[in-house]
Amino acid sequence: MSEPTFTLDGREIPFAAGQSVMQAALAAGVFVPHLCYHPEFRPHGSCKLCTMKINGRHATSCTTPAAAGLEVESDTPEIQDKRRTLLQMLLVEGNHFCPSCEKSGECKLQALGYELGVLTPHFNLLYPDRPVDASHPDVLLDFNRCILCELCVRASAEVDKKSVFALAGRGIRKHLIVNAESGKLGDTDFALTDKAAQVCPVGVILPKKCGFCVPIGQRRFDAAPISQHVDEFKPVAIPGERA
Amino acid sequence: MNAPLPRRKLRVATTSLAGCFGCHMSFLDIDERLLDLLELVEFDRSPLTDIKHCGTRGPCDIGIIEGGVCNAENVHVLQEFRRNCKILVALGACAVNGGLPAQRNHLDLRDILATVYQTEAGLAQGTQIPNDPELPLPLNQVHPIHEVVKVDYFLPGCPPPADAIWKFLTDLIAGRTPQLGHGLIHYD
Amino acid sequence: MNQHDAIQAVLARHGNDGTRLMQILRETQEALGWLAPETLTAIARGVNWPRAKVEGTASFYSFFHTRPLGLYRVLWSDNITDRMLGSVELMQAMCQKLWLEPGRVSEDGLVSVDATSCTGMCDQGPAVLVNYRAVTRMTPERVDRMVELIRSRTPLADWPQDWFRVEDNVRRSDILLGNDMVPGDALRACLARGTESTLNEVKAAQLRGRGGAGFTTGLKWEACRNAPGKTRYVVCNADEGEPGTFKDRVLLTRQPDLVFEGMTVAAYAIGASKGYVYLRGEYRYLLESLNSALARRREAGLLGKNILGRSGANGGFDFDIEVHLGAGAYVCGEESALIESLEGKRGVPRNRPPYPVTHGFLDQPTVVNNVETFAAAALIALRGGDWYKSFGTPRSAGTKLLSVSGDCERPGIYEYPFGVTVQQVLEECGAGVGTGDTQAVQISGPSGITLGPDEFGRRIAFEDIPTAGAFMIFDLRRDIFDVVRNFIHFFAHESCGFCTPCRVGTTLLKNLVDKIAGGHGTRSDLNEIHNINRVLQAAAHCGLGHTAGNPLAHTLEKFRPAYERRLKSLEFEPAFDLDAALSQARQMTGRDDAGAHLANELETPR
Repeated sequence: MSEPTFTLDGREIPFAAGQSVMQAALAAGVFVPHLCYHPEFRPHGSCKLCTMKINGRHATSCTTPAAAGLEVESDTPEIQDKRRTLLQMLLVEGNHFCPSCEKSGECKLQALGYELGVLTPHFNLLYPDRPVDASHPDVLLDFNRCILCELCVRASAEVDKKSVFALAGRGIRKHLIVNAESGKLGDTDFALTDKAAQVCPVGVILPKKCGFCVPIGQRRFDAAPISQHVDEFKPVAIPGERA
Repeated sequence: MNAPLPRRKLRVATTSLAGCFGCHMSFLDIDERLLDLLELVEFDRSPLTDIKHCGTRGPCDIGIIEGGVCNAENVHVLQEFRRNCKILVALGACAVNGGLPAQRNHLDLRDILATVYQTEAGLAQGTQIPNDPELPLPLNQVHPIHEVVKVDYFLPGCPPPADAIWKFLTDLIAGRTPQLGHGLIHYD
Repeated sequence: MNQHDAIQAVLARHGNDGTRLMQILRETQEALGWLAPETLTAIARGVNWPRAKVEGTASFYSFFHTRPLGLYRVLWSDNITDRMLGSVELMQAMCQKLWLEPGRVSEDGLVSVDATSCTGMCDQGPAVLVNYRAVTRMTPERVDRMVELIRSRTPLADWPQDWFRVEDNVRRSDILLGNDMVPGDALRACLARGTESTLNEVKAAQLRGRGGAGFTTGLKWEACRNAPGKTRYVVCNADEGEPGTFKDRVLLTRQPDLVFEGMTVAAYAIGASKGYVYLRGEYRYLLESLNSALARRREAGLLGKNILGRSGANGGFDFDIEVHLGAGAYVCGEESALIESLEGKRGVPRNRPPYPVTHGFLDQPTVVNNVETFAAAALIALRGGDWYKSFGTPRSAGTKLLSVSGDCERPGIYEYPFGVTVQQVLEECGAGVGTGDTQAVQISGPSGITLGPDEFGRRIAFEDIPTAGAFMIFDLRRDIFDVVRNFIHFFAHESCGFCTPCRVGTTLLKNLVDKIAGGHGTRSDLNEIHNINRVLQAAAHCGLGHTAGNPLAHTLEKFRPAYERRLKSLEFEPAFDLDAALSQARQMTGRDDAGAHLANELETPR
């Protein structure tokens, strides 16, 4: 019996049981813009960059189970335009000053901006006041760049079993906090080797003592745009995932 | 009957507001292509010409703004460009999102002025916050130019590479919507 | 009792169970005044949760404070109906008398005054919450007296009891509010009938959820009953947060037995043994009376082990109900966010599927229904589905409670069979009498629909205008723009912040509307509102985000002049007030010359 498929922008996409629309697309080599998704974690569905039109209705493709016969649109002017708007919302929400960011060239927010041709934040910048936390000997936290994807929250809780990070506040005041009464990372058991130190898609969690160590031109997204890195995002078995 | 329209040279004005002139330097990095460009455009107000105001010699076709808006003079210059240029372009990170000068935005301007001119160690006796009417007053916060005037095109980068500026201008002058693509769009 | 003992007592009362964190935080705060950093650390240790997770919950809800906010905390209900009754001026007067800025605590730590989302007293506003106790019908005299009582540190118990009186204002009763069911009768009918046929009666009644979405109740119950699970739960959604809605408050005041009986019927039908009422924090004052009603029912054998004396072996069942309080978060009206909150977490809507009927409270199959739905279910259990279906319209069976407020003579609760026209409601509540014609009605709250006069012939029914019950009336004296501005501020305040479009988009919408209100709007700002709204509708995570732009979209379509007459120009206006942006530099330099100012208009060509 042949594998079940759905249609994505006119192309037949096969899928395995339990896969989301997005996972199936990535597995088939079709790039899907995303920020809160990570192949080693359960889908989160918060950044909304992967929004598609599924059977005529907008839906988050990372949380929509693949099903035979779905008609899915992703690379259309209307959807790409909405994705650009979402990126612009993130760009005005935080303080994203790329020229001074060590993550520049490796940052997924930036790479998606390039991919989708975002030339301006468009909206009025909110310029929030978010102090940095340099209390940890090995790691700097620069909250200015946080896009609230919760990957560090999830990695620290699910993989490191430390729960170093959590979210506090609500709405536009929502922000990342660390697990200490002082609020300082230096007062937690966080370590540079933690999974949570490896997953930030932007430049919040930065190792100290090695800023800008990769020369411009050789950074992750310098040579090839993020859409050509699709192999890196293909689904893998998620540790501890329910069958 | 298919004779091309008589082409006049396009008038281009440029300026740097709260910027470092790095975008202008990158513009000069188009090197010998500058000569090709001069076949197509003539410069109005610009650091290249030292003309003090744009529009005095007729309307401009393209106005290019480097830098964000950090003081009252920036507002006046930007408004002068908007009035006199058919197309206004934000060139570089500071014009696009405030850039480096906007890194002061989480500080209260009053604290900054007091610290710099009144309480910082090593200040000469009697130093006070400059209040000469000749000096433009700083704004409470630094703003990207699209928050002050309508902007038609944006070319990010700190600075945008010369190739991006060349591609952008040649597209624009040829009447095409500028298309940059991988390697030419960057924010750093 | 010292601080440590107080926290330990609360923890012990809740078995150190983290899923009861909302109740632990509230009771600790009631004991200690606020949730200090060390308090959160102690609670986290007590429930064995990461401290940051406890802080995450504590900081999510408006009614928990992680900084001291005074011995007296006065919160003014900020619904548009409160504003129409003068709340803004009264709050201002109160702040002046107390020498306070809104949101700030007085120097002596005595009092803070702030605004809060609609407290559900729209028929008797302006309303406030004082230390989370509802006070209705505020007047200038009450403000004066209240300020005196606060200054003299008089305990709330010694305040005039009349202030805390909440009227039911039932103006029209039908089968629900007019019922004379003896508690237990519906359950007796169920036990006589059996579970399967109880479920069938609810299905036959074609009862649909009264919270607004209108899902068929019988199908929900059936799906829950059929879902595999260790146990099942019945949850009553009493988080009536939609501004302009207050019918659940009245049902829980007048008919608590009917609601509890409906929950018990649901438990019987789906095989649940535990139920929760998630009561919004604004209705804290109802907690004691609801708990007494539950105690009475236990005594009467209507709750607890072997209900009505029938054991499980004998076809009977066990079921008990507990009231959990929310703490000021509109988003918890969304059923999966409500469940998260019930589990002690931040009230963030879950990804669906899976749905609560299969994976709800503590991951077990759970039925979540509105207060009014359970009340109707009790009647259906008693009188049968065919009887119930004989009311209303073919596609909307039964009756609906409407919470009528705003510009009318008789605000309050009106129960109508489905199918009633907006016009009929307006006539019966005395809308427009003596004040001029009604120009708009907002149905189902800010997330609902704005109707103009040419639509007053439309009907309240799932097939025409579905509603959770809010019915706010605006006559010709009102500026529709003020109404919409109030609504978008509400959504920006209540967005949970989970998804990008709602977290950022509602704030951007708020800022645009404020720009227009400040006289700096342009036509391009109106277009921007449409663009952002389209992204919210397409990409937001839950109903809050999907509907947050509704009032803007509806009024831009139907009341466009309300915006246009405020526009400064058609083209472009700066995003901020240019001259005001020089204020700090002027202050520091002492300059006031012409060069120290900026015209807010684009300078005219020389």
